[in-house]
Amino acid sequence: MTIFGWLQIAVVLGAVLLCAWPLGLYMARVFSGEKTPISPLVRPIERAFYAASGIRPEKEQSWLSYTLAMLTFNALGFLILYVLLRLQGNLPLNPQGFSGVAPDLAFNTAMSFVTNTNWQAYGGETTMSHLVQMAGLAVQNFLSAATGIALAIAVTRAFARSSAQTLGNFWVDMTRATLYVLLPLSVLLAIAFVLSGMPQTLAGSVEATTLEGAKQTIALGPVASQEAIKQLGTNGGGFFNANAAHPFENPNAWTNMLSIWSMLLISTALTFTFGRMVGDGHQGVALLIAMYTLLIAATGVVYWAETSGNRLLTQAGVEATAGNMEGKEVRFGQALSALYVVATTALSCGAVNTMHDSLTPLGGLVPMFMIQLGEILPGGVGSGLYGMIVVAILTVFIAGLMVGRTPEYLGKKIEAREMKLAILALLVLPMAILGFSAISAMMPKALESLANAGPHGLSEILYAFSSAAGNNGSAFAGLNANTPWYNTTLGLSMLLGRFAYVVPVMALAGAVAAKKKVPASGGTFPTDSGLFVGLLIGVILILGGLQYFPALALGPIVEHVLMHAGKTF
Amino acid sequence: MLNHLRPALVLLALFTMLTGVVYPLAMTGLAQVMQPSAANGSILMRGHVAVGSALIGQSFTSDRYFRPRPSAAGQNGYDAASSSGSNLGPISKKLIERVEGDVAALRRAGASVVPADAVTASASGLDPHISAAFAALQVTRVAAARNLPETRVRALVQALTKRPMLGLIGEPRLNVLELNLALDAGLPGGAG
Amino acid sequence: MTTKVIPLLDAAILRQAALDAVVKLWPAKLVRNPVMFVTAIVALLVTMLLLRDLATGRGGLLFAGQLAAWLWFTVLFANFAEAIAEGRGKAHADALRATRSETRAKLLSSSDDDKWESKAADLLVVGDIVLVEAGDIVPADGEVIEGIASVNESAVTGESAPVIRESGGDRSAVTGGTTVISDWIKVRVTAEPGSSFLDRMIALVEGAQRQKTPNELALSILLSGMTLIFLIAVVTLWGLAGYSGTVLSVTVLAALLVTLIPTTIGGLLSAIGIAGMDRLIRFNVIATSGRAVEAAGDVDTLLLDKTGTITYGNRLAAAFIPVPGKTDRDVAEAALLSSLADETPEGRSIVALAMGQFGQAEPNAGHLGATFIPFSAQTRISGIDLGGRSIRKGAVDAILKSTGTTIESTFAAFRDAVESISRSGGTPLAVADGQTLIGVIHLKDVVKPGIKERFAALRAMGIKTVMVTGDNPVTAAAIASEAGVDDYIAEATPQDKLAYIKAEQAKGRLIAMCGDGTNDAPALAQADVGVAMQTGTQAAREAGNMVDLDSNPTKLIEVTEIGKQLLMTRGSLTTFSIANDVAKYFAIIPALFLATYPELGALNVMRLETPESAILSAVIFNALVIIALIPLALKGISYRPIGAAALLRRNLLVYGLGGLVAPFVGIKIIDIVVTTLRLA
Repeated sequence: MTIFGWLQIAVVLGAVLLCAWPLGLYMARVFSGEKTPISPLVRPIERAFYAASGIRPEKEQSWLSYTLAMLTFNALGFLILYVLLRLQGNLPLNPQGFSGVAPDLAFNTAMSFVTNTNWQAYGGETTMSHLVQMAGLAVQNFLSAATGIALAIAVTRAFARSSAQTLGNFWVDMTRATLYVLLPLSVLLAIAFVLSGMPQTLAGSVEATTLEGAKQTIALGPVASQEAIKQLGTNGGGFFNANAAHPFENPNAWTNMLSIWSMLLISTALTFTFGRMVGDGHQGVALLIAMYTLLIAATGVVYWAETSGNRLLTQAGVEATAGNMEGKEVRFGQALSALYVVATTALSCGAVNTMHDSLTPLGGLVPMFMIQLGEILPGGVGSGLYGMIVVAILTVFIAGLMVGRTPEYLGKKIEAREMKLAILALLVLPMAILGFSAISAMMPKALESLANAGPHGLSEILYAFSSAAGNNGSAFAGLNANTPWYNTTLGLSMLLGRFAYVVPVMALAGAVAAKKKVPASGGTFPTDSGLFVGLLIGVILILGGLQYFPALALGPIVEHVLMHAGKTF
Repeated sequence: MLNHLRPALVLLALFTMLTGVVYPLAMTGLAQVMQPSAANGSILMRGHVAVGSALIGQSFTSDRYFRPRPSAAGQNGYDAASSSGSNLGPISKKLIERVEGDVAALRRAGASVVPADAVTASASGLDPHISAAFAALQVTRVAAARNLPETRVRALVQALTKRPMLGLIGEPRLNVLELNLALDAGLPGGAG
Repeated sequence: MTTKVIPLLDAAILRQAALDAVVKLWPAKLVRNPVMFVTAIVALLVTMLLLRDLATGRGGLLFAGQLAAWLWFTVLFANFAEAIAEGRGKAHADALRATRSETRAKLLSSSDDDKWESKAADLLVVGDIVLVEAGDIVPADGEVIEGIASVNESAVTGESAPVIRESGGDRSAVTGGTTVISDWIKVRVTAEPGSSFLDRMIALVEGAQRQKTPNELALSILLSGMTLIFLIAVVTLWGLAGYSGTVLSVTVLAALLVTLIPTTIGGLLSAIGIAGMDRLIRFNVIATSGRAVEAAGDVDTLLLDKTGTITYGNRLAAAFIPVPGKTDRDVAEAALLSSLADETPEGRSIVALAMGQFGQAEPNAGHLGATFIPFSAQTRISGIDLGGRSIRKGAVDAILKSTGTTIESTFAAFRDAVESISRSGGTPLAVADGQTLIGVIHLKDVVKPGIKERFAALRAMGIKTVMVTGDNPVTAAAIASEAGVDDYIAEATPQDKLAYIKAEQAKGRLIAMCGDGTNDAPALAQADVGVAMQTGTQAAREAGNMVDLDSNPTKLIEVTEIGKQLLMTRGSLTTFSIANDVAKYFAIIPALFLATYPELGALNVMRLETPESAILSAVIFNALVIIALIPLALKGISYRPIGAAALLRRNLLVYGLGGLVAPFVGIKIIDIVVTTLRLA
């Protein structure tokens, strides 16, 4: 670790915070229906969309109606994408002549993009036609992110309102998230990427003759536009197999910083939106501080673990100062590789500029644990915020009892119903991650997919299900996940992680919205204090640690001690 | 749920047009105008022949060229249509054996210190860069193969080493293709 | 019962509790507590496997046998804790019952009839009319319909001074178990003896009618959720371990599960609730539901009657102010003389002030041949005619009229004094001798000493105090600021009170109030915590959800503290329970995988001797900690009004950090014992 490394990390995170603040306030305006600088341009499009689809924007929905609208929209998106994938052989815009995608892979892929996971069990350039890439996958990059933002806004309203029956209108929130936030930012970012040297072309590939006379086929495409929304929407589905490690997706240190900045931007900004909408900016900042404290601490661990390097390689005679370079690109350096690793997993983004499979044991433990903590630090766009709110409710419940009052968060009493729904949501992740991992670990057929033996193999399985259920999408990529078993179970994990999680959360929002907002008093535990932040961090770590410690002990933790004992598998 | 069907269908169609067609095409048009070279892959030409992309690493095996990092992209490495890392875990036997083999080879070639990037596969398998240390390690071999004074090659390496932007952004590194093109173009003995 | 404090660990209660702990193993009872139910099922499973191994003659029986035993102990200890809490509650209840079961009632056939027949008090029904004469015990809660009597209510209040009970008005309610000491009353029974306040309270502590309170329910859900999460973690561990070829036995997985699920708080949860009720009883407050106790901890606003609670209830003389040319001694003398025959509290306070502060000797009015002029509503003046002097005191305008002046034409100093007294919420009384104005007496409501400090403490707890008074706004404001309340309702009618409560509730606040009159009933019912005074009417007592046997309105403060204490104890033990798990992982995980990955021994930071001793020690610690915490659960965590953040910091330090560290030490010690005794 070097001062320069930390300085780079500080610059990126500082830029995120600096930009997230105005963006957050801007989003609060957007979702409150107030006028914004780009309204004159966007408003007519927005109106036309509502008119065409028969939406009455002023008509708000109950939590149930909001949720059903969201589910209908996503189910339809899934269905259309599934059909597109299955039929792509018979559809136009398929110059490479790819045949239809197999049912299990089509299910997995459609689910992956609809749930904002962007887990890719296939190689993009060798499987998907232009039509599917554009009209299917790219669209869901926007819409799954917009869905997440809409849900977060609905949950925010639940805490902002008193004795309310409605949470807003899903169609309006989703449309605004796309038109006012995602699309304009994507345009700006895509331009920035192009100016930084990223390709953006409709050509498929270029044939080159290397200096030594060999042929090199260089795959190309509309990378910059895809990369922009992939980062901003915390989708993470790469244009190329190597994702953001690929020189076209991430040509230099500058684009690398821009990539990290852009994936953190909206999720971070939403905490400010939250604070503004509930009428107390400090509340959002408290969540933000908890998120970033853990994010920075995790970055520190990865940075330290990776610069400390792989003991076994050092023993083999490799010079140690550069740290572990297996699976890393020279141009990014250890500091920003570490930050990328942590950000992408703390965010449910899943883009990678480093091969997580080749990280040192502890360096690999951290991203896996970040996902298992529930993708809330600061988490995927929208999903991170509502996930964090669920944990905050849990924290407030325990803390509130300790100050001798019925616990309340933002003036809303947390009672049996809220607790039941929060627990229901919290059960989803361990069930999917640990359940499917345990079954896979016992299935000889599933074990055939492993690229590594020993505890690292178990880590590959554990990481895959964590990534799917957490809607992250990154991988210990050695695992060959394109098998019927993994395609199906990982697809189900994504489904559960997204929708089985969010439905109880929305019901919780409905229950909270209907409650009266209790004014704070001296006996109320302040949820914008340093103490609360500390407690929140404690609950996140202890809750996550207690759930996953045994599993992690058999994966990365034992791998770490084995590495020091000089054992290989 | 049925009353949600119409908005769902119509919005899906509209957003497909807007974000799936209009957005990428508009960006492509813009990019082709603003930054045509980069937008098309930063392809390097020697005469009329494309020799590769400035951003994409390629394989070099001859002693006359600086060699890139080990690559796991494709069957033989540096397959720019099949990017990939090795995905070997830190205590993988395969990894350790591979590295031990590479270290031994470098040691046989006279290296006393083996920089990490010289024996580790990059994340993409297409890493165009190597560290200054790895380049320095290769100067003697390349100079000998090209019958050049070591100092000249070393000077070239020095000149082409990219420093971090503002002393902060990026890592010190060399683009292997650029270095080798410069060798071929600027230094005598290239034809021999 | 009110003064008898049962020691925390009473031998008789402990014996009974030990028995009850076994009875409570009955599944239908156990299922009410999900955490303990799971523990019991796991214990049963391990026991069955043990029996199987016994039959097939496999090894490792000592280890499995001990594990099974300790798992059962875990359940039994939790039952034991609940049984102790119930036992203590019952002990209080039995003391009360004893006074009532022997009671015979004199049942009248009708209210006009004077003939009565003897009937057991337990057999009375609502509507029965009973005669209670001097020396009789009131057989049931009821309302006086005829007669007047002084009643000793010390059996329920501990207060030995008798109180008057009479038909009609606010003092018509009598409570079963109290004794009539003079005269007689006819009482209509208003509550079945089986559902009277005492019985309700007994039922609440005995558990027959005990229901989970809202917060207890929410906490139970959290604990059940955590139990489920750990169930998932432990069951899947079997599969994950299988990957590396480790076959984990059901017995050790069961041990891991039981140590992880929140057995500590799960086992003590109901004991904490019962103990909370019990503490309330020891403050002589009877709650009619557990929910009310919990709500008390949440109270945001306290509505307090001014009279009797904040002030002594009567205007008392505070100062004598002379007109120019007279001294305050002159005023004191005149005031004293004019008040000699005035038996009102105001009059007595004037006498007291004149004699106390100004050293006036008590003149013997009778000897002086004085004529007393009593107060009349017409003149609004009272006084004395004495040896040619006619000294009068009374309302300012009335006195001025009698002296033939007006407020405008009199001394400016007098005018100023009157005005300033009125402004400060006091009442000015003018004093005159014949046609000569002497001065003015300042009557004021005197705030009880120490009340301001209590309100400050409440403010620190985050509770707003509101004074309710019939006074005009000026008076109310003056007293409010003197007493340090946050708000006041002046010229309050029962409707005003109700409206205020509703308005506060609409803002999301929880309101507590106390009241005694029939006209308080709607407000008492509307308030979230309504404490009715034992001296109050039956209507008020039915409307409230607590009854204060001491009829002390400031007791609301203690009630609130008890509510807070209850929640704090739950929260702290939950934190402790969860924090404990960290150490248990460090004990058990390395032990489970020692064979496959000896390197994982690095996690054995406690350096526990063997895998078996490590697992056993964790399970034993887990069981013993329940026992160790029973006294804390019963006593509750002490509440201090230091603000929410400070309170949390303190509890977090003690129970969070303590919970993290304690098991590391505890498990290590148990491991040493276990290995020394060669138990594993």
